[in-house]
Amino acid sequence: MKLSSTLTLLFSLFIIIGCAQDPVPKVVVKDLKGKSINTTDLSNGGKPMIINFWATWCAPCKRELNTIAEVYPDWQEETGVKLIAVSIDDARSQSRVLPYVNGSSWDYEVYLDTNQDFKRAMGVNNVPHTFLVNGEGRIVWQHNNYSPGDEDELYEQILSLIE
Amino acid sequence: MYLVKIIKLALVSGAIFIGVHAFAQDDNNKAVVMGNFQLDGQYYLEDSAISAVVPEETMALSGFGNILYRKGKFTAGMRFETYLPAPVGYPAGASWSGTGIGYRFAQYSDDLFDITVGNFYEQFGNGMIMRTWEDRGLGVDYMLDGVRLKVRPSDWSEITAIYGKQRFNFDNGTQFVSDDLGQGIVRGINADFDLNSLLDSIVALPGQLSIGGSFVSKFQNNNSARYDFPENVGAGSARLKYNIGGFQFSGEYTWIGENPSAQNAQIVNIPDSLDPSVGLWATGKGVNLNGTYSTRGFGVSITASSLSNMAFQSQREAGAFDSWINYLPPTSVLQTYLLSQLYPYATQPNGEVAYRGDLFYNFKRNTTLGGRYGMKLELSYTQVNSPNIAELNDLGTSRNGAKIDLFDPGDEIYFSDFNAKLTKKFSKKFKGILFYQNIVYNNDVILGAYDYDNVPTKGTVYSDLFVFEGNVKINKKNNIRFEAQALFTNQHLQDWVAGLVEYTVSPHWFFTVIDQWNYGNGDGDDFHFPSVSWGYIKNSSRISVTYGRQRAGVFCVGGICRVVPASNGLSISITSSF
Repeated sequence: MKLSSTLTLLFSLFIIIGCAQDPVPKVVVKDLKGKSINTTDLSNGGKPMIINFWATWCAPCKRELNTIAEVYPDWQEETGVKLIAVSIDDARSQSRVLPYVNGSSWDYEVYLDTNQDFKRAMGVNNVPHTFLVNGEGRIVWQHNNYSPGDEDELYEQILSLIE
Repeated sequence: MYLVKIIKLALVSGAIFIGVHAFAQDDNNKAVVMGNFQLDGQYYLEDSAISAVVPEETMALSGFGNILYRKGKFTAGMRFETYLPAPVGYPAGASWSGTGIGYRFAQYSDDLFDITVGNFYEQFGNGMIMRTWEDRGLGVDYMLDGVRLKVRPSDWSEITAIYGKQRFNFDNGTQFVSDDLGQGIVRGINADFDLNSLLDSIVALPGQLSIGGSFVSKFQNNNSARYDFPENVGAGSARLKYNIGGFQFSGEYTWIGENPSAQNAQIVNIPDSLDPSVGLWATGKGVNLNGTYSTRGFGVSITASSLSNMAFQSQREAGAFDSWINYLPPTSVLQTYLLSQLYPYATQPNGEVAYRGDLFYNFKRNTTLGGRYGMKLELSYTQVNSPNIAELNDLGTSRNGAKIDLFDPGDEIYFSDFNAKLTKKFSKKFKGILFYQNIVYNNDVILGAYDYDNVPTKGTVYSDLFVFEGNVKINKKNNIRFEAQALFTNQHLQDWVAGLVEYTVSPHWFFTVIDQWNYGNGDGDDFHFPSVSWGYIKNSSRISVTYGRQRAGVFCVGGICRVVPASNGLSISITSSF
């Protein structure tokens, strides 16, 4: 009985899925220098924006962001896209974020979501989780997990936005 | 009379409805529903060789669904949770059972105010005196139920006040710490200031400087006739962060008032215990300092941390995983290779002195070492020592105690970890990683290493781990990743080897085969841990199925490490975000 009601509820949640085009919720994150930033102020001047949730302890996350880093200058040049990397590292590993980001020569905009408020507000289960936000600030696509090649799919999605 | 009330009510609700409806026409104020859910099912098999645990039900199902509703400045959310029953790895102390609403809140937020009523998660500074958080997969949830107010009077300050009761467990709905368990009331205030913006008009500071401070207190009745336990225990913290050039310095100092509790060994079990080992009460202190320097292609970080009597829970008698108000993460780095998870460090809140150094270096493309695609080096060293313990005696009673000063190390090494990782891309098709890790693990203190009969290993474990990881990109969508691992130790379970092969087809499929073999342990054939996993991903939804044997392991989240028993069987996991 309980099980069936559980499944019914979860199933009805499934039905709600599909209302895409949501705006980015308003939460406060910190930049790498400790300054607070409102997530609704994240923008790319009318061009598409990638919001990627990652952590220094997450191997697939680093694989994804390091792979994209190789092609990022091309992506920026061709589409004007900006990648915002939101680290969910907590106090344990947060001090490694800044040296890791610089040590890896990343050109992303990086923010800290220490107590996972932004992650919770965006409905992220686990990392890596990538959102694509269009020029009007609406979430138009998302993908959980990373396998090599996923970056090509992401790029296709970006291209479809700027056409 | 009633009729009037009903008409009034109807008019008001009608007005609200029309208002809401009119509002909805404006695109920026459109109502938005977002959320996610996760469902984990497990079927357990008997497996006596590894003392696998099979619950009475032989199956476990746990899940949750979060729904967030947003409209303009208003947000409401709830989480449905189910544990029928919880998986065997969940904490044993508090119960996790049944089905119900585990979390609900309403929030109003504009540029000046942010008010939340209901359940909330909050962190002050680094969390050393206050962090309420969750990790659903591991059965951790320290949220508060009450009120939170945030005020941002200007762009250089934020003040947060909280008042709530702490979540304890789940039984067809969230169970908060009840009155007979000690109320579990937590309140606090925090302020953060950005000094550059504040002093903008007066003086231009070199670099960026921010400071902050918090005060937190908890309340619990004293029901003891014998001891005069403090009912209100306060804690404070002061912190700063300073950036200049490529340097960043941050530090936090914290203290906790006299806080006799079971976890800090200052009381034993029950308030009226006559046990002479009931300790003298002491105050808590903790410091965390970090300095980093980084520039493009290079980064270093040095961390120093020391704790003395820092366990801070909302119940005096709380178990090791229950009712934590603060968050004391281990100084060590979390590694994800299978065999490097055999010996994870767990913070010792009662006293430790810890240091860590990290280095990241990127060898440029087209240099001798960098080769055509560049090469990355990561080094990390952590050492944690016992504190110097000066024993105290209260001659008037038989109570004992200890004085522990910060950064005054004792003779014993609790833990050390040296690891090095080299990542190199050899060609467009092939990338390789070499990883080495040496761990010294004092199991008499950390208590994370168990044998197959679930008996903790005595003494210190010394281990060396070697990993080679390779990544072969077959074509645009198909990829094979493999890991070969070998761990050598003369203690605990002796030597291990492990292999992993993961085949992925982007963006939808993955297939993984793993075997971990404890060949050094006597009858090695009994100690293979094979498993296969298959998964399918579509956008933000993911389903995975795993069949096989899982070795007992230590799951560490934050300052807490929990031993998860060995198991054998089938597990299914579904996650989705919307």
